[in-house]
Formats: sequence, structure tokens, C-alpha cells
Amino acid sequence: MGPFHAVIIGGGGTGAAVAHDLTLRGMKVTLIERGELTSGTTGRHHGLLHSGARYAVKDKESAVECIEENTILRRIAPGSFELNDGLFVAITDEEVAYSSEFIESCQECGIPVRRLTHTEVLAREPNVNPAIKLGVQVPDATMDAMRMPLRFFATAKHNGATIKPYTEVVDFVRRGNAVSAIRVRDHTSNKEYEIGGDIFINAGGAWSGRIGAMVGVDVPIRPSPGVMLAVYGRLSNMVINRLHASGDGDIIVPQRALSVIGTSSWVVEDPDNLGLPEDHIQMMIHFGSELIPAVRTAKFRAAWSAARPLIGPRGADTGRELSRTFKCFDHIDENVEGFVTITGGKATTLRGMAETTANVVCAKLGLAKPCQTREFVLLPHTAYYV
Amino acid sequence: MVERDIDFKVFRYKQGGAAPAYQTFRVRCDENTTVLVALQDIRRDQDGTLIMRHSCHHASCGTCGMRINGREELGCVVKVFDLNTSTVVVEPMRNMPVISDLVVDMGPFYDRFNSAGMPLMRESEFLDEADVAEGLEAYMRCENCIECNLCVSACPIMGTDPTYLGPAALAAAWRVVEEPRGLDAKPLLDWVDSQNGCWRCHVAYECNEACPSGVFPGDKIMSLRRELTKRKFRRLFGR
Repeated sequence: MGPFHAVIIGGGGTGAAVAHDLTLRGMKVTLIERGELTSGTTGRHHGLLHSGARYAVKDKESAVECIEENTILRRIAPGSFELNDGLFVAITDEEVAYSSEFIESCQECGIPVRRLTHTEVLAREPNVNPAIKLGVQVPDATMDAMRMPLRFFATAKHNGATIKPYTEVVDFVRRGNAVSAIRVRDHTSNKEYEIGGDIFINAGGAWSGRIGAMVGVDVPIRPSPGVMLAVYGRLSNMVINRLHASGDGDIIVPQRALSVIGTSSWVVEDPDNLGLPEDHIQMMIHFGSELIPAVRTAKFRAAWSAARPLIGPRGADTGRELSRTFKCFDHIDENVEGFVTITGGKATTLRGMAETTANVVCAKLGLAKPCQTREFVLLPHTAYYV
Repeated sequence: MVERDIDFKVFRYKQGGAAPAYQTFRVRCDENTTVLVALQDIRRDQDGTLIMRHSCHHASCGTCGMRINGREELGCVVKVFDLNTSTVVVEPMRNMPVISDLVVDMGPFYDRFNSAGMPLMRESEFLDEADVAEGLEAYMRCENCIECNLCVSACPIMGTDPTYLGPAALAAAWRVVEEPRGLDAKPLLDWVDSQNGCWRCHVAYECNEACPSGVFPGDKIMSLRRELTKRKFRRLFGR
């Protein structure tokens, strides 16, 4: 008998990292994605490598995950992150008062922080609102949101994984209570065929609820979009955040020769139909210009929506109250064997999500192989194509 | 917000199927609708088999290169109403093998591009009067080239001579010559100093026109020529 065969559904960052992890653990891996790789939420998000500071006060679990993975990703994917750090700025007295709790929470989570005075902030970031009262420097960074995950695909592929973009799952084949194969359609040829396997992993992100429904299991996912606005020019060097409990339009991420302002949050049923509310674009300009006044006059480049895959009960209405952490569901608790879902989380924690998933998969299959992804330096993204 | 129905005449091709053909879809668009969003709407509402490349949706990743009304564009930043046509023709990029529909095989692009060996990070030139944050040596940012292949698609030489290194790879080579970042530029200059290198360009500057990311590959090709000429003169006069 050859190695176990894992079939991953979903070619975003999560699927990429799971493919990499399982390949290193010696499994045969096939990954399918209905469109281009990273064409869902991955690639379309803010491009922020989180330090975790954003979550430190209210969502410590996410914050700790972020700082751990931030450190690991910088080690295994050098060249995928701009070296620019992040800055939280306090404008109102309320935000100044909040800064003590913010700094303490960051320290409790192991996030290095440095408090900067008004003068120090403006010397570093001359475009920031001169009304700011203080700033806190944290190890955020800009990531290349498409190429960083592509490195996981590249490395998995060179280690033997089969990556199939433009291949959509159309049905699940069961033997007893176990998923034994998926039926897929190859959109490059319109041909349908089956892929058999020992374990099937739903890494569909905001689409994971829909994939779960095809198998008849409940994945409590809330696709929660946010609007982002890109303008020409780097209005800051560092990632600029508003120092408050998270809200709309409170972050500006410089990227290449652009600045990206985000974001908002609401909840939709259909992750393929997010829309682009005009009032949210205006909101990005309004709140973004409170951080950096030049946002108001900067030349428009693009506005778009991206759906976070948040885990939460039905009924949540803005998405803000949902945790940003991730979960791996073994659907055996709903009497379906051979099918697990990994969802929630964020780009910064993709490797950790994959480690958790691979641990669940290996435990199910009785495979005693340790995770190797913490130290394994990834191939460059260009290796995916050659 | 104003809404209008726009026809999209889209290039269709499936491997092993019928010959390539155009298929027209009518899509309700508003002022914010981009060509990429309209194509996604077609996939969601009218034909789930239509495929295209896309990722970041703001001209930062370079995956959604395509030809829109005969021009090389990133579909994510072209607003449909700005085109001012009732029918929008959407085709895959030229000078690349088509995999299916609007998807091209990027392999040949990377074969050439990788040979230039350009580092992906550069020192940021923005806000250079600012103090650098403690703990950082300098602000580093991603290079401008987003590897979209639009310059290669637009280049008239690429279509007639597949051995030409092409604008993207030559522009990447110039970045190394201009800012070596510890790399040796000599082998790269030798590489581009050939029949199918920077001398092959006919100075049509279609690549400059097509570039969505401020690289201006045509200018970089001319910079390579100047650098090579300078070096030849220096050799001639023994300096």
C-alpha cells in the first residue's frame, strides 16, 4: 500500500499551506481549486502581516496566533514581506486613555511594542494627521498577498503535490458513511472525472459552508465582506492603524506604489455576490483621511470587496463580534468519515491552520509524522510556474 | 447609481473542444463595475464554465491581464462605463499559449523573467525625508513589476519572434544593473547584449503604454542600450 492520499478542496492560502504540510509529512496530495489559485479571499485581502496588536485587547487567542505565525513566516518566506512595521496612532483623548490597556495587552500576548510621542510619530510618518497624540510601533508588515501563498503552492508542487486550478468539485461519492471520492469538472476542458482519496479536506474559506452542505454537514461559516480602497502613492511607509477597538476604515496598508485603505464589515449569504456598497467606499475616504489627510486628495486606483471566512453562529450581523481565530472540524461528529474542514483564520495564520489540520488528519489516519513547516524555507513564488 | 446593460463579447476555448469562438453575454453594470467584476458576474449568473485569472482586484498582483477592446489591461481596474462602448470585447493576452478562455500559460513568461534574477524587494523611495522606524535599517518595499505579462502581450516584436527576451525580462535586468543589491550585473549585461536581447526592440513603446505599474519597460530597454554602449566605448578607449 502506498502513502495515504489527501484531497484538498480550495486553492487559497489555507489549502496551499495544508498541501505543503501534508506533502512534507509524506502523504500523496491533490489540491483542486475551481478558479485561479488565490482567487477567493486570499490575494484580495488587505495584505497585512498581522503582529496581532489589532486583536490584543479583545481576542487574545487570535493575537497570540498572529505574533507566533508572524515570526515564523518572516523566517520561512523572506522576500514576501515589505520591511515596514506598523504604527497605531491615537487621535482622541479616549484613544490616548485606551493606549495603556492596548500596550499592556500586546505585552501579555508577546507582541513587542514601542510607544512613540507625537513628535516621534511625525518624524517617521510626516503625512499622518498632525493632531495625533501618540503612536505605538508594532511588528506589522505589508505582505505580498498573492505571492506569499503561491510560495506554499510552489514548494508543495516541487515536493510532489498535484495542484489543479480551474477544477471544481461537483459531487461527493460516499462509501457507507465515508467520503471515498469527489467528482470534479475540469473547466479547461469541460471534462468530468473522479478523484479518490483517503481523506478529503474542505479548505474553501468563505465558500466552506457551501462545500460542507454538499456533504450534508454544517460548517458554521459567515462570509463577512469588507470594502477596500486603493489610491496611488505610498502615503506612509509603515502600516497605519487607528488605536481603538477595531472599526471601519481604520487601517492604511502601503503596498508597492499604492496605499490600501480598509475596511468595513457586514455579513452575506453568498460569497460570490458581495457587491460594492458606494457608501462604504466613501466611508474609507472619510475615516482614512482622519489617519492620513492626503487620502482625500490621492488619486483613485481601485475599490473592491473581499469576504472574510468568519466562524460564528447564524444571526451575527456585522461580523465584527466574531473571533478571527480558526477551527478544524472533524465531521465524524456528524457521522461523516474521511472529511474535515479547516476554516476561519486569516492569511497571517495560514501555516498554523495547516499544522492543526494536518495533525487532525494524521491522527485520523494513524500516521505518526511531526510537522516540519516551522523551519522549512519556502521556494520563491516563481518556482510555481517552472 | 446609474445602471446599464452592457454586452461582453468574450473569447471562449476549451481544450479538446470546438475551435475558439466568441460568446456574448449581457450584464447589468453600474459606475463601479469593473470588467473583472462583470466577468465574475457572468460566471456566477450565466455560465459557470467561464474561467479567468484574478486575485488582488487592485492592480497589485498582476494576474488579471487581458485584452479589453483590443488593449492590454488589468481587468480589475478598468471600469466598464469608462470604455464608452455598448459592447466590450474581452480576449486573452497575446504571445502566450492559451490554456482555456481568458487563461494563458504563464510558464514562458517566467522562463524569461526568472533569468533576470531581479530581487523582489527594493528600498522605498517614498517619504525619504522621514526617519526610519527603530529596528529597521531602511523601509523595503515590493518592486513595481507585478509580472502581469501585459507588456509582452502588447509588444509587436514578441508576436513575430518568440526568441526575443521581451520587455518584462529586459526591464527586470535593468533593475539589477541600476540597483545591483549585491548582485553581479556583468553576466546580465552579456545576456541582454544579443540579437534577441535589448537590440531586438523596434522602439514601438507599446510596452510603456500597456504597463499598469509604472515600470515603463521601453525606457528600461533604452537604458540597457545606453549602458552597453557606454561600456563598449570605455573598452575601446581602455578605461
